[in-house]
Amino acid sequence: MRVALFATCVNDALYPSTAIATVKVLERLGVEVDFPAAQTCCGQPQYNTGYRRATEPLVLRTARAFEGYDHVVTPSGSCVAMVRDNYPRIGAKAVAEGRGRELAGAAASLVPHVYELTEFLVDVLGVTDVGACFPHTVTYHPSCHGLRMLGLGDRPRRLLEAVRGLELVELPGAEECCGFGGTFAVKNADVSEAMGEDKIRNAMSTGADVLCGADNSCLMHIGGMLRRQDAPQRALHLAEILASTEEEPLR
Amino acid sequence: MSGTYLGMPAFPRAARDAVRDTTLRGNLRHATHTIRDKRARAVAELDDWAALREAGKRIKDHTLRHLDRYLVRVEEAVTAAGGTVHWAADAEEANRIVADLVKATGESEVVKVKSMATQETGLNEALEAEGIRAYETDLAELIVQLGKDRPSHILVPAIHRNRGEIRDIFRSEMGEWGRPAPEGLTDTPAELAEAARLHLREKFLRAKVGISGANFMVAETGTLVVVESEGNGRMCLTLPETLISVVGIEKVIPTWRDLEVFLQLLPRSSTAERMNPYTSMWTGTTDGDGPRAFHLVLLDNGRTDTLADEVGRQALRCIRCSACLNVCPVYERAGGHAYGSVYPGPIGAILSPQLRGTGSEIDASLPYASSLCGACYEVCPVAIDIPEVLVHLREKVADQGGAGHRLERAAMRTATWLLDHPAALNAAERLASSTRKLHPKRLPGPGARQWTNSRDLPDLPAEPFRDWWKKNHA
Ligand code: SF4
Repeated sequence: MRVALFATCVNDALYPSTAIATVKVLERLGVEVDFPAAQTCCGQPQYNTGYRRATEPLVLRTARAFEGYDHVVTPSGSCVAMVRDNYPRIGAKAVAEGRGRELAGAAASLVPHVYELTEFLVDVLGVTDVGACFPHTVTYHPSCHGLRMLGLGDRPRRLLEAVRGLELVELPGAEECCGFGGTFAVKNADVSEAMGEDKIRNAMSTGADVLCGADNSCLMHIGGMLRRQDAPQRALHLAEILASTEEEPLR
Repeated sequence: MSGTYLGMPAFPRAARDAVRDTTLRGNLRHATHTIRDKRARAVAELDDWAALREAGKRIKDHTLRHLDRYLVRVEEAVTAAGGTVHWAADAEEANRIVADLVKATGESEVVKVKSMATQETGLNEALEAEGIRAYETDLAELIVQLGKDRPSHILVPAIHRNRGEIRDIFRSEMGEWGRPAPEGLTDTPAELAEAARLHLREKFLRAKVGISGANFMVAETGTLVVVESEGNGRMCLTLPETLISVVGIEKVIPTWRDLEVFLQLLPRSSTAERMNPYTSMWTGTTDGDGPRAFHLVLLDNGRTDTLADEVGRQALRCIRCSACLNVCPVYERAGGHAYGSVYPGPIGAILSPQLRGTGSEIDASLPYASSLCGACYEVCPVAIDIPEVLVHLREKVADQGGAGHRLERAAMRTATWLLDHPAALNAAERLASSTRKLHPKRLPGPGARQWTNSRDLPDLPAEPFRDWWKKNHA
């Protein structure tokens, strides 16, 4: 099976380790991975801040970059939600504004093929045990996009539970937003910080070594706070835990 | 909308103080978490909740699509039942109509049922200016009124007050308005409730005019419906000689069968009860029973403009249950006052800028008062996609330009250009990576400063993913 990796701009520029880990996990499971170099960003920051028209070139670019692949996999729930929920909206608005069907067509061609990593592993490949080993205590933060927009449900937990040596502990208030929200973290910095503080307080109360999530943008916010406070806990992307094995353990 | 909120600072500034007020944050956290957990249990009891929600959404959408027709039907039915219908284009007109109606009775006092519509129009202040005193009879609304305060929640307007504060307000203010608080009043709920009961009883028995809103208007019979917990509303609806109801035009539903859906959706979503204690319904006037005169003021005040917006109009489905407030992480920290409107929380963030327009600083900031986490959409009993509307309104605000948005637009365009040119992007990534040792942990400048106030930036990687890929896979 050949899949296209959608690395997303955040993973590409700031967290390449997450994209590398995704490649490793997929290849370990016998999947042939491609990285179409024409891809960049799904346009989420622009769109969510109110710049829909500035998003349009990226909708087209993203759709074209992944043309012809049955499966497009990304370790970023919020980018999948962007494609699934908002690409059709962007397309429909362009049609309503009398600017043709190109964007709507691009959205329609991409939407059915895009998978968040845990969806792809559990639903398409049908695996929960990916052969990982990570002997640490982990608590899982289900980011809002994965939780509510994609309905990932217990897929990430099932994957984590199958990791050898991993002890999963419940995160109090897990379903609450961490306060990142893209430009929200800057435009409403005080509220964002207050939300983040509550999130890391809950995370540290678990005593876990690692706070795990499936979206690096939330982890950048949570992890940045943990580090500023010199907390013993670190934030880590789910893909990196799944990539960790006995032979090649994650530090 | 109410003039009292004009000149509010933008949301981020208004929220700042609330965020730092640990007592307020504690009160709000406790109150919202208790009610949200109860709501979740009450909703889980019904296995057809999803179907009910869909039905509620459809009935409202259908009614809004044919609003003209149903409103005319309401008018005909109310008139046939002995009532009089008035149409008010805006808050000012609604207040004028009500003031004139009260004056015509020769009265200078009215009792009020809790009503968002009259809060929205600032009716109490308008009546005051005409020498008419309006007494709020809902317990929480009474606390807000006595405390010369503003409501901070749709359902529990005094949610930001604790019992000690309420006792102090009762002690010092009740005497100003009528029967004073009993000597030695403590802050036990029973004593506070009894003090309010005695204070209000006087008002109920004396008042000749009652003013209400309505949760629903049933078009087929012209029946108005008020759903409440305390029974004070029912006193206002039945004891006075004249009843004036001010109702937003979006409150109409076609038939009694439709009401069945909402009487299931509303109590569970708002108070987490299977059924609310009091549901009052009235149709025009009835000989020998209830008010002798009934007036219905149908309020537009920005609603037809909202209806014209294809994405934004779904906000008019709102049944004011306040479930979205109770799950909202931003409301929980910022408090209701920061929204600068009688409609706080997620629904306020999309309703106020539509009803009032985005001309003022506060209204232009409201669409950004959300992390788009989607919790509000998930609980909304009529499935209003609040995040969708927020983003839609952000586009409007960004388009109108103004404070900071021109700079932001330029930055977004530059970002898009870069992201649309992978080679340039890659060069920028490489530059950042190669200079990564030089990047400080705290940065100056707008945006970066806010970010690094409380968080470390991530370490830049030695190379971007696309370079790793080229080396290892291509
Ligand atoms: S938007 Fe929905 S959840 Fe919020 S008050 Fe209105 S009906 Fe209730």
